[in-house]
Amino acid sequence: MQPLNAPRRADPSPSRWSYRLQRWMLTPGFRLALRAGIPFAAVFLATSAYLNDPERRDALLTKVSEVRRSVQERPEFMVGVMAIDGAGRSVSEDIREVVSIDFPVSSFDLDIEGIRETIEELDPVADASVRIRPGGVLQVDVIERRPALVWRTRDGLQLIDATGAYIDHIATRGAYPDLPLVAGTGADARVAQALRLFAAARPLGARLRGLVRVGERRWDVVLDRGQRILLPETGPVQALERVIALGAADDMLDRDVTVIDMRISARPTLRMSEAALSQWWTIRKMNQGGQY
Amino acid sequence: MTDLYQSQRAMRHMRKQAIQRGVIAILDLGSSKVACLVLRFDGSARLEEDTEIGNLAGQSGFRVIGAATTRSRGVEFGEVSAMQETERAIRTALQAAQKMANIRVDHVIACFSGANPRSYGLKASLELEGQVVTEQEIARVLADCDVPEYGEGREVLHAQPVNFALDHRSGLIDPRGQMGQSLSCDMHMLTVDADAIQALVRCVKRCDLELAGIASSSYVSGIASLVEDEQELGAACVDMGGGATGISIFMKKHMIFADSVRMGGDHVTGDISMGLAVPMARAEWIKTMHGGVQATGMDDREMIEIGAETGDWEHDRRTVSRAELIGIMRPRVEEILEEVRARLDAARFDCLPTQQIVLTGAASQIPGLDALASRILGAQVRLGRPLRVHGLPQAATGPGFASAVGLALFAANPQDEWWDFEIPAQRYPARSLRRAVKWFRDNW
Repeated sequence: MQPLNAPRRADPSPSRWSYRLQRWMLTPGFRLALRAGIPFAAVFLATSAYLNDPERRDALLTKVSEVRRSVQERPEFMVGVMAIDGAGRSVSEDIREVVSIDFPVSSFDLDIEGIRETIEELDPVADASVRIRPGGVLQVDVIERRPALVWRTRDGLQLIDATGAYIDHIATRGAYPDLPLVAGTGADARVAQALRLFAAARPLGARLRGLVRVGERRWDVVLDRGQRILLPETGPVQALERVIALGAADDMLDRDVTVIDMRISARPTLRMSEAALSQWWTIRKMNQGGQY
Repeated sequence: MTDLYQSQRAMRHMRKQAIQRGVIAILDLGSSKVACLVLRFDGSARLEEDTEIGNLAGQSGFRVIGAATTRSRGVEFGEVSAMQETERAIRTALQAAQKMANIRVDHVIACFSGANPRSYGLKASLELEGQVVTEQEIARVLADCDVPEYGEGREVLHAQPVNFALDHRSGLIDPRGQMGQSLSCDMHMLTVDADAIQALVRCVKRCDLELAGIASSSYVSGIASLVEDEQELGAACVDMGGGATGISIFMKKHMIFADSVRMGGDHVTGDISMGLAVPMARAEWIKTMHGGVQATGMDDREMIEIGAETGDWEHDRRTVSRAELIGIMRPRVEEILEEVRARLDAARFDCLPTQQIVLTGAASQIPGLDALASRILGAQVRLGRPLRVHGLPQAATGPGFASAVGLALFAANPQDEWWDFEIPAQRYPARSLRRAVKWFRDNW
């Protein structure tokens, strides 16, 4: 028997809307929008709704910075001391003064490159490298400038190195008795030449007082007893060697000569002192009759 | 004629688009089932270098990625009779095929078997302007074909150049670039009822789909089930469907005739239903399971349980011998075949060098049909199955899917049609200018 209220068999064909829905679902763009677009939009909306309140935003930022702080301030990252190698006591003190860091400090807060630049700005420092050594040590390796000359200026005595860079002021010449002395404006620009001249002037020994830069173009060698050797602009070392050779041969420098003018190499000129000149005239007068 | 040009060109353009996008659906709208295949064009077997459907047969490799069949509703004699029902059937088949392919399909190529197809042979010849046949010349000779009066309310479904002749040489397939004096061409034109096309177009539109082409079912099943030398040497394909039986004659790889008989397997089922007083579904089952057309002595003793669910015990327990069933089926099948014979005779099929006839379609699966057909149609009858195509499910390889498979081949490898060639536009202004000059000369 067939049941009277037999369930009506549904139409097997899809309804217009289910057909359309299935076609939409098969559309790649629509599927992408469902899979990625809707979750993204939902997360974005939720986040922006949450962050819309400034209090929550602040709290979140505080939390973040707290976490950051707590990681940075772990003992593994802390720097406790600064070790300075290759610098003298006064330079070290200067470095500690300019790099004023309150230890201990987290290595995240240290601007290594900035520290290095600060140290290199110090006059006595030629080169510096800064790094953080295991064990929480800020290691500063310094190469100091080596004083090569003492330079006397109107402001006082200065130490300069072989490149002419200023190192320090000094109070007395006696603090560096073994360093040669130069003077005159622009002397620091020609330190290399000055050093060659000092090397050439070594035979003069203790008689050498120093070099004077004249008119920022040539050198005078100043000896004791007020003697001066005026060197030319070009080839001063050869000129000085020539003078020394003459001095060795004729004892010229030991005589009463105030100025040996080598500025024109073809015509070296001597200037005698007043007394020597008058004496020379006297002798000439005495000998005039006999000789001429 | 320009209207037809426009609509057919629009469809051709749509098909080009679909092939570029790579996915197209095939819809075989039959009277007993609606089959839908989803094709993916991989572009592997492109022959043309510019990778688009061009004139003179562009090709493309394809693969079937979705297939679905559903019982047809609202289609009678291969024509849409109830639009809503047909639309639902299309939706069902297409949705299932899309689901299997897992891809959205927007373009559909459809075929149907009914709508009174009628064949015309067109002919034109033309003196060539230059010595060489150019595409322009082909377009001109095609446009020169004198179109017969095919009647109000009819529409051209196919118009294919079948043969080109250059001077005395006939049988040219592609005369472009050849030298000669006069070019003539034969064209085969197939017209169908415009209403049927309109109904089909509207059904497809209502499913949110774009129609990218329409083909005659008898033509495409011929493409699928005739093997290559049969197409070349001449053969007829008889596609025995549910509501209509399509006939197409092929020669030199072109269809030269198509027709359809408005009878098919459904009529056999109807006869069984009436003869045995059973519902159509039961009659269809009995036909499928026990049907035949050749009675033997054994069949008298083989009793078939008719079965029914009326509640009347006597009525539900009736039996019938298989011979009786065959006695019901055979006259109807004979009638169909006689009608096919008459149509073939009308088309002068007997003048063709070979008389090969291929039976395909779901109704050709009746046991013993080939023997019966060879008595009516001639000795050279065979049962055909569609070509194997890539990715087609096993369930869709039977002879009932000949037109679906053929339509897939047609989509991938379209035959040049009349409207694929440019309308020779430069002729009209030239002539009118000359006429204007002549008028000036005569009057001044």
